[in-house]
Amino acid sequence: MERMEGTLNGKPVLVIGGGMAGMTAALEAAEAGCSVVLVEKSPFLGGRVARTHQYFPKLCPPLCGLEINFKRIKNNARITVLTQAQVTEISGTPGDYKATVRVSPRFVTDACTLCGACAEACPAERSDDFNYGLSKTRAAYLPHVMAFPARYAIDRAACKDGCTACRDACVYGAVNLDEKPETRTVEAAAVVAASGWAPYDAAKIDNLGFGRFANVVTNVLMERLAAPGGPTAGKILRPSDSKAPAAVAFVQCAGSREENHLPYCSAVCCSASLKQATYVRALYPEAKISMFYIDIRTPGRLEDFYQKAAADTGVALIKGKVAKVEEDPATKDLLVTAEDVQSGRKVTERVSLLVLATGIVPQTDGLPKGFNLDEFGFVANVEGKAGLYGAGCVRRPEEVSATVQDATGAALKALQCVVRSAHHG
Amino acid sequence: MDKKIGVYLCSGCGIGDALDMEKLAKVARSEYKVPSCQVHPYLCGAEGLALIRKDMEEQGVNALVIGACSPRVKTEAFAFDAKMVFDRVNLREHVAWCHKPKDEDTQMLAEDYLRMGIVKAQKAEPLEPVAEEVSKTILVVGGGVAGITAALESAAAGYEVVLVEKQAQLGGFVASLRQGYPQAPPYVGLTPEGMAEKIQEVLYHPKIKVYTSARIKETSGQPGMFDVTLEAGGTDVKTRVGAIVMATGWKPYDPSKLAHLGYGLSPDVITNVEFERMAAEGPVKRPSDGRPAESVLFIQCAGSRDKDHLPYCSSVCCMATLKQAALIHERNADAKVFVVYKDMRTPGQYERFYRQVQDHPLTFMTKGEVQAVEAGPKGGLKVSVNNTLLGEEVAIAADLVVLAAGMVPNAADGEAIRALEDAKIKAVKGDTENQRAEAAKKAEELKAHEGTEILNLTYRQGPDLPALRYGFPDSHFVCFPYETRRTAIYATGCVRAPMDASHAREDAAGAAMKAIQSVELASVGQAVHPRAGDMSFPSFALQRCTQCKRCTEECPFGTLDEDEKGTPKPNPYRCRRCGICMGACPERIISFKNYSVDMIATMIKAVEVPPEEDEKPRVLVFMCENDAYPALDIAGLNRVQYDPNVRVIPLRCLGSMNIVWIADALSGGVDGVMLVGCKYGDDYQCHFVRGSELANRRLENVKETLQRLQLESERIEVHQLAINEYGKLPGMIDSFMDKIREMGPNPYKGF
Repeated sequence: MERMEGTLNGKPVLVIGGGMAGMTAALEAAEAGCSVVLVEKSPFLGGRVARTHQYFPKLCPPLCGLEINFKRIKNNARITVLTQAQVTEISGTPGDYKATVRVSPRFVTDACTLCGACAEACPAERSDDFNYGLSKTRAAYLPHVMAFPARYAIDRAACKDGCTACRDACVYGAVNLDEKPETRTVEAAAVVAASGWAPYDAAKIDNLGFGRFANVVTNVLMERLAAPGGPTAGKILRPSDSKAPAAVAFVQCAGSREENHLPYCSAVCCSASLKQATYVRALYPEAKISMFYIDIRTPGRLEDFYQKAAADTGVALIKGKVAKVEEDPATKDLLVTAEDVQSGRKVTERVSLLVLATGIVPQTDGLPKGFNLDEFGFVANVEGKAGLYGAGCVRRPEEVSATVQDATGAALKALQCVVRSAHHG
Repeated sequence: MDKKIGVYLCSGCGIGDALDMEKLAKVARSEYKVPSCQVHPYLCGAEGLALIRKDMEEQGVNALVIGACSPRVKTEAFAFDAKMVFDRVNLREHVAWCHKPKDEDTQMLAEDYLRMGIVKAQKAEPLEPVAEEVSKTILVVGGGVAGITAALESAAAGYEVVLVEKQAQLGGFVASLRQGYPQAPPYVGLTPEGMAEKIQEVLYHPKIKVYTSARIKETSGQPGMFDVTLEAGGTDVKTRVGAIVMATGWKPYDPSKLAHLGYGLSPDVITNVEFERMAAEGPVKRPSDGRPAESVLFIQCAGSRDKDHLPYCSSVCCMATLKQAALIHERNADAKVFVVYKDMRTPGQYERFYRQVQDHPLTFMTKGEVQAVEAGPKGGLKVSVNNTLLGEEVAIAADLVVLAAGMVPNAADGEAIRALEDAKIKAVKGDTENQRAEAAKKAEELKAHEGTEILNLTYRQGPDLPALRYGFPDSHFVCFPYETRRTAIYATGCVRAPMDASHAREDAAGAAMKAIQSVELASVGQAVHPRAGDMSFPSFALQRCTQCKRCTEECPFGTLDEDEKGTPKPNPYRCRRCGICMGACPERIISFKNYSVDMIATMIKAVEVPPEEDEKPRVLVFMCENDAYPALDIAGLNRVQYDPNVRVIPLRCLGSMNIVWIADALSGGVDGVMLVGCKYGDDYQCHFVRGSELANRRLENVKETLQRLQLESERIEVHQLAINEYGKLPGMIDSFMDKIREMGPNPYKGF
């Protein structure tokens, strides 16, 4: 395929965050002619979706769309990708911003060929954050099999003192252990904040047992357990004994729609849990599923997905809030007590794995000053205020297609600033 | 300009350890006598790249074959002139990393891949993009909230806009609302929608030309050059536009179908839309006698989430009802408001407003199922509800019942309209009585589509976007929600999916962006998503066309029109460059400069088929380059071994597979053929919508070929593979090879 070159007059668009929203904003702007600087804090693009096994409602792999997007980036000379980078400050006015970008060393240059000799030679291990710490990689590592940029990285914090095994092993001279952090200034006509979300810290929800009981996991972790590249090679085994679960319960609104935790609805967890129920049922047709919910929220055509999942006789949907979770110390099974509000009865279920549908928390910690935040911490776009835009889950909890839609709109807002800056500048 | 091929082989990353590089280079030098062939230990490094550039400058090399890693990596390093003949031979992920080093079979594999790469370069021609004068004007169809936003946002980016609205006034439904629910921080209280200002802005915008009381009579042409005839105020207006945003909105679900919820029983049962009209005009009252409504009961999902009515959720009705509850209390704090729902759906920050309304002491909400709406005492209504949270059936008296009726898209199903037309013709002109009767029956089934046209495209495949489900021309792709099957035509707002005004505004900005992008790409002769930037396009050797119409029917994007005889009329700007037409053509007359039936057939011929006694079977694997091919790369990255007797040929889409290749391969002694494409069916993953499905369908015809050749049908296998099933792919290949060995060699070997 051909590389897109040549750009519109005017300054570039700066996109903060290389997940689905950020990648989309960058690509859509670039394919309309803008030059773009895409800044991502981790060593790879793809964010949360790269860690997701399948999308609802199609049960298709996110890696498929990521492959297309990576290809679009590779073929587009208008996009500059900076990984392990953070925008620390923005100054200026719409059409004429200056951003300070701090780039941390990867210790592997673009001379890397992916041959893997560094990881083979590496004597140290690190916890694999891609798998939420459920597995380990070498300190010289490829973030995941489809990582883009397709380059190894070195986690210096995990290295043994004075070790240069990776550098010695690399015949291409791609390892540079002396790399230093650097600070760059990027000019931009507009900035799109697409820094995404983090799962709510489930340990803050006392009664649900996360962090205390081994077999209480979160929905994001469940995605890794189901993924072929995950810590259980896609088998969904429970953490305490690596056994297949006989019964799995989902606790909806784990933290969401609660004044003491997240007062808003995280919007995607209902569909996500229904989807994860299908993961379990496909792998273990005997496994029983129960899902405790307040309201099932599957808007639009997602209703079809809900009806299909609910039609499965192995899936019980119980309207009620979970009051208590206990662990059977002998089996490490969990006893989940809830009130079934429709029958008015108190129910206690024994399950082998409990999945908390933890909510979406906007990731605004790393954002430079200048963006408006709402009372929940989401970036709020203000009508008529140009230049700085939020897109995707940093702006509102939303599913992938809504994120892409939002980011495409944000790309247009940015394009307008580029066009205006070209006229004035 | 004569083609001068240079072959550059990398021996790095273990390639040199696995292969005899000199022997490999000999294939290029001796067999094909390429003008330049060089081996370098680190081809993607500065020195290696300099070597290539030097040959280009000094030797005049103008066609490159790079034998190194997968084309999916080091793309930037090997990015030369985008128009030149260029091929990457995957010696690393598909050879060195997944097959036994220094092995005869591994070497043969590499040599075959190199042969295929060289003949491909021999057959390919440099690209000459078609860049014609294009219009960059955006046509927006529909002047409601989505259309107005699309128009203003496009204009703000500097583009001319033509806005067409069928009503006399702009603004659509949202303009008729007295107040909206809060869609921005702090997410409490009622807020105006602000449509009046936006309408003024559109009307006075120098870049926006507005036609009201207007409709589209005809849209012909292609992206960048759509010729649109509008009928506005009784006269025809012709205009040329580059892209189209379809924002035709929604209509309320027909309430006459809601008799089971009391509609029609009493004037005091109204829909949510009727409630808005009442609230905009004055106090909330009982239509029957004009007395104030002291108690109002809302029935949620009236028609929505109901398999007998609208199976989908209309998404906005929960928030709309909460707003209407707030409106009631704003005017009459003592009114009782009841809401009977299935699930309250107030996603994201909207939860805040839900709490606010719910906290009003006279708002009563319950999950429940409405059993009956009946006349109650004193002219009121009685609503019976069971399965409530109170556990028992309850009867609630209300002055007014509001049905939260759902949204139906104002769309037209282009494919269905075309099918209706075809059926109507066939009902008269069919060959047999039976055919005529069948066609008449079909025409009757499709009657509802009669006269529903909106865009009136002159496309062979129908006058409007094809519907996906429930009448929505929505994209099926999670990652690419703006993907439509008609290039440069984007649906937005409630015609695409049920959504509220706030989401419609965002959606419209996104659709405007896609429209802008499509005209910008058209202006330089490049394809849009998913092959954005592709400068190749199909050409048709029409003198050999037999008017079989396969290409015009199978193109998922309606690219090709037809003349009266059925000869295809290409529209390169509508084309997405998938090559499905090329795969469909039995006469092999469709080709791209860098992708053709002849090219792949030559690649197949370039594979050396060892004689039977060597016991080296040969199997061809046609793979979708978007999903299956990367999956095989990952198998290589994970150093998973599989049978080296396969030869992989990547295709733009499995749908571009022409069955002549299979016949060629089998008659040339290849022992088996495997096809690996994307999943198809309702949840298809094919980036070109129907490619993998069409390829599968074409295989039916191959069976005849096999019979003719007296070969076992098991020599061909077709698989659906998702990209994350990379762990399965080597096993799939190995078990097919086992089957082939069991069947024994193809008897045509050596012929």
